[in-house]
This record gives sequence, structure tokens and C-alpha cells, in this order.
Amino acid sequence: MDIDRIDQIIDKHHGEASSLIQVLLDIQSEHHWLPKEALDRVGEKLQVPLSRIQHIATFYKAFSLVPKGRHEVHICVGTACHVRGATRILDTVEEATGIKPGETDLDLKYSLETVNCLGCCALGPVLEVDGKVHGKMSPVKTADVLKNYE
Amino acid sequence: MSEILLQIDGKEVKATEGMTVLAAAQSAEIAIPTLCHHEKLEPFGACRICIVEVEVRGWTKLVVSCVYPVEENIIVRTRSEKIDRIRKTILELLLAHAPDSPELQALAGEYGADKDRFEKEASFCIHCGLCVRYCAEVTKKNAIGFVDRGIRKEISFIPEIASKECNDCKECFPLCPTSYLQAAFVLTQALAFPYPQQSYGDC
Repeated sequence: MDIDRIDQIIDKHHGEASSLIQVLLDIQSEHHWLPKEALDRVGEKLQVPLSRIQHIATFYKAFSLVPKGRHEVHICVGTACHVRGATRILDTVEEATGIKPGETDLDLKYSLETVNCLGCCALGPVLEVDGKVHGKMSPVKTADVLKNYE
Repeated sequence: MSEILLQIDGKEVKATEGMTVLAAAQSAEIAIPTLCHHEKLEPFGACRICIVEVEVRGWTKLVVSCVYPVEENIIVRTRSEKIDRIRKTILELLLAHAPDSPELQALAGEYGADKDRFEKEASFCIHCGLCVRYCAEVTKKNAIGFVDRGIRKEISFIPEIASKECNDCKECFPLCPTSYLQAAFVLTQALAFPYPQQSYGDC
């Protein structure tokens, strides 16, 4: 982890304590998680106690205190997707990646999460990889989508 | 600071602007039960046990007295059938988390709360935030904070800070209504900064 890069992010937000969440979001999107050293640095520079940073970092699901994979796979298991076969999509992804929801593989390639609705129920079952939505999924199509990621 | 007149339990009470209903009641020696309130700390409104009925222009509403500012001519009732019932339920819910807390048991006796009404889910912490707020606002050490949210919310010491500050302070210990804080500290200490050659007495 590059501490200068963390400093750059902090400076981009003018080192204001009120920008804490924005700073954390930037670090999260760059590293895919919030390393301890980064949080220490943020606390020091923004003059925010670590207990507060920890509170915020554990409160929001957007933040992670453990390393996440390069690609974040979200599978919708909301009602509409569920009845359209989200379970089969989930099984396919679990088989292809070898991880269960909430986990990250050893190569830090994928992190898998289930979500409760992505808001595009007409496209169900829905799979989202790195923010890109893949609709009307089938197990075969799911495997094809995953092949596109390195 | 203008003076405000209000009525609490039929008694005329004088208060100043910006005071809370709880503070006004306390100044008139009217007891309202509290769990998360502490005179040195900012109001938090976490435990809801200080709930009271407030009548404003004929309309009655339920408010939490520790965060509700006084208003002119309001009528406050600190005990009523409804209030007692709400406090009883709050206590029963809290007792599911901390069934052996003496503070909760004393209140439970007063309000007739049954500690076995809800299935036990002994997390021991009732999230009053006294330790967290005391550490942040009074001692300004920030050695302890909340983590996570909702049903998974809990208190957590920051080992780096706690190892330096807590052994000589421990001012938050007597504040905890359930003794969970002490347990959390001992656990953190055992995991993160064990005492060298700690003496355990002659037991």
C-alpha cells in the first residue's frame, strides 16, 4: 500500500474532517478495502479519532476492513430474481469461483455477495459484476460472463 | 435566556430556554428513570426509558425527555398507565440482553417487568453509549467506540489506544449498567496487550 497515494486522496478533499466518508470511499474504490495503515493515516491527517473511523467503516456496507477481490460479483436474490432462478445462478457462480457469499478467493480475483434487490426486476435473474448489470441470466450465460474477467 | 413555565406532574416548574424536559424535572426533584443519561455528557436518547407524555395545546404526544427541549405551557406527565406500560416493555427488551444487570432489575421491580418475557439473547450490552461517549467527550481518549450496526452493533476497544490509556483511567467502568464493559476490556486486554506478570491475588 502506497502511503503517498493515501495522502493524495486526503489532500484532494482538502484534509477536512467532514470529508471523512468521501476519503474512505476513494480509498475503498482504489484498494478494494481499507487497510489499517490507511485508516491510521486518515485519522492522523483529518484529526478524527480511530474509534470514529472504525464506527463508520463498519457501519456502511460499501466499506470493507478485509481485502476484497478485483471483481465484485453481486447476485440478486430478491423476490423477482429468486422466482426466476437466482439460486441456480448463485450455484453456478459458487462453483466457478469456489467461494460462498461474503467470501473472497485466494487470488483476490472475485468477491461474492448476495443483494436483496438491484431495482431492475424485469431483467431477473440479475448478476452484477463491478457495477455492470447482466440481466436475464441462465447458468450457461453466467459462466460466459465470468470468463470475461481477469 | 428567557424563563419558561411548564407543568410537570401537576407541579409548576420554571426552566430556562434550551433546557430539556428531563433537566427541568430533575431541577424540580421529580424523578424520571434514565439509563443512558449522564450529566457530563451530551444527551443521547438511546435507551428511551425516560419517555414521558407531553401535552401541547391539548394534543398529547410521547417524547423522550432527555432530548426534548422545554416549551412554554406544556403539560408533562412522567407516570401514567401508558408510560408505565411502555417502560415495562423497554425494560423487558433490555433484560433479554442483560438479564442480571442490577440497575435493570431495580427498574424492572418498579415497573413490573418480567425478565423472562422475551427469549434471552445475552449480548450484555444495552447500547447506552455511556462508555463510548464518556471516553470521547470527557476523557477525550477515544479508546472505545461502536462497531457495526443494527442487531450486530457492539462496543469495541481500539487496542493501540486502550493499551496506553485504559489501565490508568477506567473512569467509564462504574458507568456501565451491565458490567459488559469490564468484560469487553478484559477480553481486549487478554488478546491485545496482556499484562506482564499480572498478579491475580491469592485465590
